[in-house]
Amino acid sequence: MKKSIVVVLMIALIATMFVGCKKDDQVVLNVYNWGDYIDDSIFATFEDETGIKINYETFATNEEMYTKLKKGGTQFDIAIPSDYMIEKMIKEDMLEKVDLSKIPNYANIDEQFKNLDFDPNNEYSVPYFWGTVGIIYNTKLISEDIDSWNVLWDEKYKGMFTMVDSQRDSIMVALKKLGYSMNTKDVAQLEEAKQLLIEQKPLVLAYVGDNVKDMLISEETAMAVVWSGEASTVIQDYDYFKYALPKEGSNKWFDNIVIPKGAEHIDAAHQFIDFLCRGDIGFKNADYVGYSTCNNETLKLIDPSLIDTTYAYPKKEWINNFEIFLDPGDFVKEYDRVWTEIKAN
Amino acid sequence: MVSKWAKRFYTILIFAFLYAPIVVLMVFSFNDSKNTAKWEGFTFRWYQTLSENSLIMKALYYTVLVAVVSALIAVVMGTLAAFGIHYMKTWRQKVVLNINSIPILNPDIVTGISLMTLFVAFKMELGLVTMILAHVTFNVPFVVLSVLPKLKQMSGDTLEAAMDLGATPWYAFRKVILPEIKPGIITGGLIAFTLSIDDFVISYFTTGNGVTNLSIAIYSMAKRGIKPEINALATLMFVFVLVMLILINKRTKIEEI
Amino acid sequence: MLRKISSSSYLVWSLLFIIIPIVMVGFLSFTPVEGSGHTGFSLENYKRFMEPIYLKVLLRSVEIAFKATFICFLVGYPMAMILAKMDNRIRNLAVMLFVVPMWMNFLLRTYAWMTILGKNGILNKFLSLFHVEPLTFLYSEGAVLLGMVYNFLPFMVLPIYTVLTKMDNNLIEAAEDLGGNKITVFRKIIFPLSLPGVVSGFSMVFMPAVSTFVITNLLSGGQYMLIGNLIEQQFLVVNDWHFGSAISMFLMVLILLTMSVMNRLGAGIGEEGSAGIW
Repeated sequence: MKKSIVVVLMIALIATMFVGCKKDDQVVLNVYNWGDYIDDSIFATFEDETGIKINYETFATNEEMYTKLKKGGTQFDIAIPSDYMIEKMIKEDMLEKVDLSKIPNYANIDEQFKNLDFDPNNEYSVPYFWGTVGIIYNTKLISEDIDSWNVLWDEKYKGMFTMVDSQRDSIMVALKKLGYSMNTKDVAQLEEAKQLLIEQKPLVLAYVGDNVKDMLISEETAMAVVWSGEASTVIQDYDYFKYALPKEGSNKWFDNIVIPKGAEHIDAAHQFIDFLCRGDIGFKNADYVGYSTCNNETLKLIDPSLIDTTYAYPKKEWINNFEIFLDPGDFVKEYDRVWTEIKAN
Repeated sequence: MVSKWAKRFYTILIFAFLYAPIVVLMVFSFNDSKNTAKWEGFTFRWYQTLSENSLIMKALYYTVLVAVVSALIAVVMGTLAAFGIHYMKTWRQKVVLNINSIPILNPDIVTGISLMTLFVAFKMELGLVTMILAHVTFNVPFVVLSVLPKLKQMSGDTLEAAMDLGATPWYAFRKVILPEIKPGIITGGLIAFTLSIDDFVISYFTTGNGVTNLSIAIYSMAKRGIKPEINALATLMFVFVLVMLILINKRTKIEEI
Repeated sequence: MLRKISSSSYLVWSLLFIIIPIVMVGFLSFTPVEGSGHTGFSLENYKRFMEPIYLKVLLRSVEIAFKATFICFLVGYPMAMILAKMDNRIRNLAVMLFVVPMWMNFLLRTYAWMTILGKNGILNKFLSLFHVEPLTFLYSEGAVLLGMVYNFLPFMVLPIYTVLTKMDNNLIEAAEDLGGNKITVFRKIIFPLSLPGVVSGFSMVFMPAVSTFVITNLLSGGQYMLIGNLIEQQFLVVNDWHFGSAISMFLMVLILLTMSVMNRLGAGIGEEGSAGIW
């Protein structure tokens, strides 16, 4: 008797669970984005307005996102990669074309962010945010004014700073310090950068991703190589942090919204892109993530004190020696190898 | 006498080592501060934000779902497999048992990536289904290994006797063999359930499409930095485990009487 | 008939989900990466693994796993003896209390150490009471080692404990009656008889320790790479499944060989010890 009750209960439990996850007609849009890179309250707004639900997943680096899309197994409708990765994905036919006529709010995007080299006619991507890579440091713990990558090789800061756990960005730091282009396809230069990073390893506290903000605020680390938006978020709350744009140059990057090949909800994806390009929604996201918007309507809402700061909207002349990443093509194998060797050492 | 005190001291030391992290998590789940280890007052708010955290709630749902479904499938398949293996010729038995032990002995990461390779090669969409398949794969061997000894203890002729008396094979299996091996099945099922609940590595490689279990959710939260909600979750899980163990202990005691 | 059906369904399953995946990984490991110019069968991936830099990772993994195993043994053996000698009534409770932390999600337990070891963590707060400057515990080899010992200690204690409780007390008493002092009795009788438990404890700690990537990822801050991390990186970041497969095959063979050697050492009794976990 007891046994049959248990069996019935089990079956009931499973049945309700399957009913619970039964898919009805509602469209669910699969979005793949960087961690902490959207104000997730806008999902509810989008669902209220369109009836489309968002299924949200995050990645930590472009490479991780690429691998996941490349190997298949998961079908996303929206992804937000950076410049060089978009170039690579276009080359490898991994993206659907974007129909700009379905995105009226595309008009809000500032001209300087349209038609960039990685996607010359914006056939495949719509700008989301842009920013730089630099050094954020806690002035309570570090008294010197920082303006160069050299501090990251200075013995006196041993164990006081973190690097980014992202292969292109970390190798970029070494290449720039050496005075090379961060898009180098010269194995010798890459090897030199590798040696430099291996040399640096004992000084590095950790290679980190999304948790860098907490580490800075809790003074776990005094200094960090970060993307500008992380710095912006921290500095707006804690004014004793400073963000330096290294004089040797650095990376200026653009993250654009794309539709991966094979997306099942192309119309809904366009609706979502248009939604993200709306001035007010763009502002909510910009306010949350701290990165610099590409959207003119959003820019009108931005706190004017952010303009002409190193971390949010830097003056043009501060970053005129900054480069944009290019897709190295097959040479990426060399970058992969170098990065693996650095991490393995 | 000295040695007695030394023993006590050592025991206390080890238990302190084992429980210190858990106590720390529990205490700080009530701390009214976001990211410092400083005590800034008592609060319940992390429990509230935890219940509002859709990521964790969804993960909890998938964890239980996968554990129940995969344990049930594993129990049925494992019991039948053990039954078949029991009556095999010795050398075939050896081969099958060796294959059976591969998922137990192999490092989780190898099992995980090999299943991922399989699913991707067959163009299966990674998600709930692939995760359940993976869990069944590493659960069945444990069920087989816990049912097999019970079959061996059984006297060899009972099944034949029942069939000679006119029972159909299925009827004989249900009425004669099943009651004998029930303890093994229950143990196997419990092992399967706990392994599935606790699994991280294999799930990490075989899931996708926003389907995450608790382990994966905790991992990604821990990598993002210190989140007070995890402390609240840890406290709840610890209390749950404790209550379960006390209940199980009580039950077995009653059965013993 | 019933027997055939019941066993063949699992045979099909294990062929599909155990054998074929491993064969596929093996196949990947013997084929070169796309775009490398080579095609067909090649040992390139294994050759690459033999480069000093990767051998260093392998050595480091084996070394730290050994360290963790040995510390678990040193700390765990006395604990197992104390548990085994306890009064029956408290013993069950003590063993249960010993196992309870294991029932908690192991990521939670590892995460707990992050909060303790941080620069502003509990340990540094505690030390500051004695005017010790904040130290860096996290993101180091020591932190990884601690995480391993913490997570895997029960795997060492329980098999040894099981063997010790099953030991024939008469033997020990006889030895004592014959004038053996405690140390001699331990050295000549108790320890040799408990070896099967020690052996299975060794393999049960060594195995997960050598292949972990989670503990290293959380406690070393991406600084310290073990073989598990190398595999994870190849599959999830660098997208070189061929090289990743070669490392996986190597790890698998290493583990299976160690296990069979250990099993032979444990002479079959080891299995009983490991069953004691449950």
